[in-house]
Amino acid sequence: MTRPISQQSLTRRSLLKGATALGAAGLILPASYRAARAEPQRGGTFRIGLGHGNSTDGYDPGLWDNLYAQVFAASRHNQLIEVGADGQLTPEIAESWESADGATWVFRIRQGVSFHSGKEVTVEDVIASLNHHRGEDATSAVKLFFNPVQDIRADGQNVVITLDAPNGDFPYLMSDYHLAIMPGADGKIDPTSTDGCGPYVVESYEPGVQASLTRFPNYWKPGRAHFDRVEILSILDSAARLNALMTGQVDLIDQIDPATIGMLEARGVANILSIPGNAHYVFPMDSRAAPFSDNNVRLALKYAIDRQEMVDKILGGHGAVSNDNPIGPANRYFHREMEAKTFDPDRARYYLRQAGMDSLSVDLHVADAAFSGAVDAGALFAETAAQCGININLVREPNDGYWDNVWMKKPFVASYWGGRAVEDHMFTSGYASGAAWNDSFWEHERFNELLVAARSEINEELRREMYHEMQQIVSFEGSVIIPMNNNYVMATALNVATPEQISANWNLDGFRCVERWWFA
Amino acid sequence: MHAVLVMILQRLALGVVTLFVVSVVIFGATELLPGDLASTLLGQSATPETVAALRTQLGLDQPAPLRYWAWATGVVQGDFGVSLATRRPIADMLAMRLGNTVFLALYAAALAVPLALILGILAALWRNSIFDRVANAGALSAISFPEFFVAYILIFILAQSGFFPSMVRLSPDMALGDKLYATFLPALTLTLVVTAHMMRMTRAAIINLMASPYIEMARLKGLSPLRIVLRHALPNALAPIINVIALNLAYLITGVVVVEVVFVYPGLGQLMVDSVAKRDIAVVQAIALIFASAYVLLNLSADVLSTLTNPRLMRRT
Repeated sequence: MTRPISQQSLTRRSLLKGATALGAAGLILPASYRAARAEPQRGGTFRIGLGHGNSTDGYDPGLWDNLYAQVFAASRHNQLIEVGADGQLTPEIAESWESADGATWVFRIRQGVSFHSGKEVTVEDVIASLNHHRGEDATSAVKLFFNPVQDIRADGQNVVITLDAPNGDFPYLMSDYHLAIMPGADGKIDPTSTDGCGPYVVESYEPGVQASLTRFPNYWKPGRAHFDRVEILSILDSAARLNALMTGQVDLIDQIDPATIGMLEARGVANILSIPGNAHYVFPMDSRAAPFSDNNVRLALKYAIDRQEMVDKILGGHGAVSNDNPIGPANRYFHREMEAKTFDPDRARYYLRQAGMDSLSVDLHVADAAFSGAVDAGALFAETAAQCGININLVREPNDGYWDNVWMKKPFVASYWGGRAVEDHMFTSGYASGAAWNDSFWEHERFNELLVAARSEINEELRREMYHEMQQIVSFEGSVIIPMNNNYVMATALNVATPEQISANWNLDGFRCVERWWFA
Repeated sequence: MHAVLVMILQRLALGVVTLFVVSVVIFGATELLPGDLASTLLGQSATPETVAALRTQLGLDQPAPLRYWAWATGVVQGDFGVSLATRRPIADMLAMRLGNTVFLALYAAALAVPLALILGILAALWRNSIFDRVANAGALSAISFPEFFVAYILIFILAQSGFFPSMVRLSPDMALGDKLYATFLPALTLTLVVTAHMMRMTRAAIINLMASPYIEMARLKGLSPLRIVLRHALPNALAPIINVIALNLAYLITGVVVVEVVFVYPGLGQLMVDSVAKRDIAVVQAIALIFASAYVLLNLSADVLSTLTNPRLMRRT
C-alpha cells in the first residue's frame, strides 16, 4: 500500500557520492552493466515478477493501492503529467500548463493522441477522468487532492482548474498515478475498462496471477516502449520470486529481502539496483495520549534509537539515516544543517528526567504489514531503549487488519511513507492539524501557520526559511520517530538495460520501467 | 442396487444441510473479523468519508442477515453474484481457478495413489524387510517435513538445475504434455506429502487380514504370497483404503495453499486467502461452498464404494 505523489529523484552522481555511506552493494554497477547501456533497441518480452497483486485487484483507478496495480496501470495509461527520471515534471497528455495567480491552472491537452480503441483523447475525456476522483460519492484514495478544487471546465483545447486558494505545487498533484486518463462517456469514465492511451494494450488479465500486454502501435511518445510484449506476474513468495529470476523465468523482480542480496550478487546471475529516495519508515506516537503528550518523552525516545544500526540491520545498508524528517535529500528545501540526532543514552535519560520520570515503560505495536522488517526494527529499538531506562514492550499485531485496528488506533505503532515530491504535500498529508493521515494526531500552532503561509509565498528565500523552520519543528517537537529512509531495491536479468538515470520518485523507475527500459 | 440409490440420495440431502450450515458458519466468522471490505479495499488510504461512500456503494451498510439472505437466494438460483472487490462475476473468477485446482489434485492423485498402493502392498508382502523399513521411513520423513520445505528442496534440486520450471505459468491453450511438465514439481510435492498416509493404511489393513484364518487356508493351499495379497487380502482391505484415499483427495483440493504460493500456482487456495484478507465475503462463501461440496462428494463416493466392495453390507439393507 503506497500513497500518492512522488519526490524528486537523486541523480546517479549524487547517488555515487553517497555510496560509501550507503554500502556499495547495489550502487556501483557491474562493468558489464555499463557496457550494456547502449542505444535502446526494440523487441523482446519483458517479464516482471512482483511481490504484490491480489485476486481482488480491479481496474478502478481510484482504488489502485499496490505496486502491481501501479505498474499495470503505468503500462496501459498515461496521465496529464509524468515525473521524469530527474524528478522534474514532464508533459504527458498535458502539453503544457500555466497559472497566473496559482489559483487558476490551465492545462493544454495534447492533440493527436489516441486511445487503444482508436478514439482520440479529448478535453472531455480528461475532465471525466479527473472527476472520477472528485465529488461527494467518489471513493478515490486521492479524493483529498480535489477538496480545494472548485471547478474543472473545458476551454477549447484547455482544461481549466480553479482552486479556492493559490497553490504553486498543484501540477505535482496531477502527476499522481491514480489520475489515469481514460475515455469518458457522458462525463464519466468506465472504471471497469482497460482502455487507455499508454504504451501497452491489455491482452489478458487474471487478477492476482498475471497480465499480458502487447505494444500499442500508435503510441505517441517517440523513443519509448521498447518491448514488444510485457508480462506482469504476481509472485508473492519472496523465495519464489528469487527462484524465478535465477532460473530465467522473469527479467525483473522487486522487494528483495536484504538478507538475500549478498547471495544473489555472489551468484552473478542478476544485476541489483538500489535506488535511494524519500521513502521512509516511521514510528508515530499519539501526541494526545500520555506519556507521548510530553515532548520530553518524545525526545527521550528519539535519542534512544540507534539509527545507523537500523539502516545496517533492517535495510541491509540499502537506505540512509533520517533525522525524524519526512522531507528527504531529494526535496528542494531539505534542511541539511539540522543538528543530527544520534543514539545517546545520556540525553535520553536527561529528557526523561525533564519529564519528571526515572524510567518509562511503553507498548510498541508492530507488524510486518507496516514495513518489511518492522518487527525486527521494534526489537532493535527495544534493545537500545533499554540502555536508556526505557522499557519498550513489543506487541506483535497480525498483518491482517493492521491498518484498520492498529495504525492510528494504538498510541505507538510502526508505519511507512512513500515520500512526496513537494514539501507542502508531505506536510499537508501527514502533519497538518486534522489531516486524514496525521497519524500522530499532532497539533502545532506555529507549524500550521507556516504551512499555510509557505504555500503562497513567492519569495524563494523566505519560502526556504519557512520550510527549514517547519522541518526543525517536526524533527524536534513532532511526534513521529523517523529513523531511516529506505531504498527501492530491485533485481534484473543481466540483459536488461536501463537509462543512465533511474527515477527515484517511486519503485521500478517511477513504475515506468515498462516504457523506459529495454533488452540489450 | 436400489439400496445404494437410497443411500446416495440420503447422503446428498444430508450434504445440502451440511453446506447450508457451513455457509452460515463462514458468513458468521467473516462478520467477526475486524474491518470490512470498504476499509480493506482502501487500505492505508482509507479516510472516514471514502470508506462511508464505498460502503454504501457496495451495500455493506445493510444488516448482516439481509446480506446473507440476498446472497443465499442468489446461489440457490445458480447465481454466485459478483465479487464485491472487483465487480467481476464470481463464476468467471472461480472457473479457471477451480479447473487448475482440480487438475493439480488429479495429477497428484494419479501419481500418489498407485505409488501408495504399490508401496503399501509390497511393504505388507515383505513385512519387516529392509524394503518395508526404507519405504516406511521415507514416506514418514516426506510427510513430516512442512510442505514448503519439501517444495524448496525440490526447487533446489530440480528447478535450479534447469530440469523443471520453479514457477507454474499456465495458459488456456497449453497442450496437455506441456501442462504436465509445467506442473510436475507442485504435483510431486503433493505426492510426497500424501503418499505416506495412504501407503501405511494399505499396509496396515492388509497385514491385519493376513492373520485371518481364510488367509492361512489360502497359504496352506500353496498359493503364491502375491496372489494371496492381491486376490484374497486386498479386496477385503479396500474399505479403509478407499476412505483414506478420499480424505487425501479432499485435502489435495482444499489444503494446498502453501504449495500454490511457493510455485505461484493460480488455484483456489490463493483466491480464498486473498478474499479473506480483503473481506470479500461473496467470494469466500463461494469457495467455502466448493470446498465443502468436495468433502461431501468425496466422502459420499468413499461410502458408496466401500459398501460396494463388501457384499455383506449390500445384502443387509
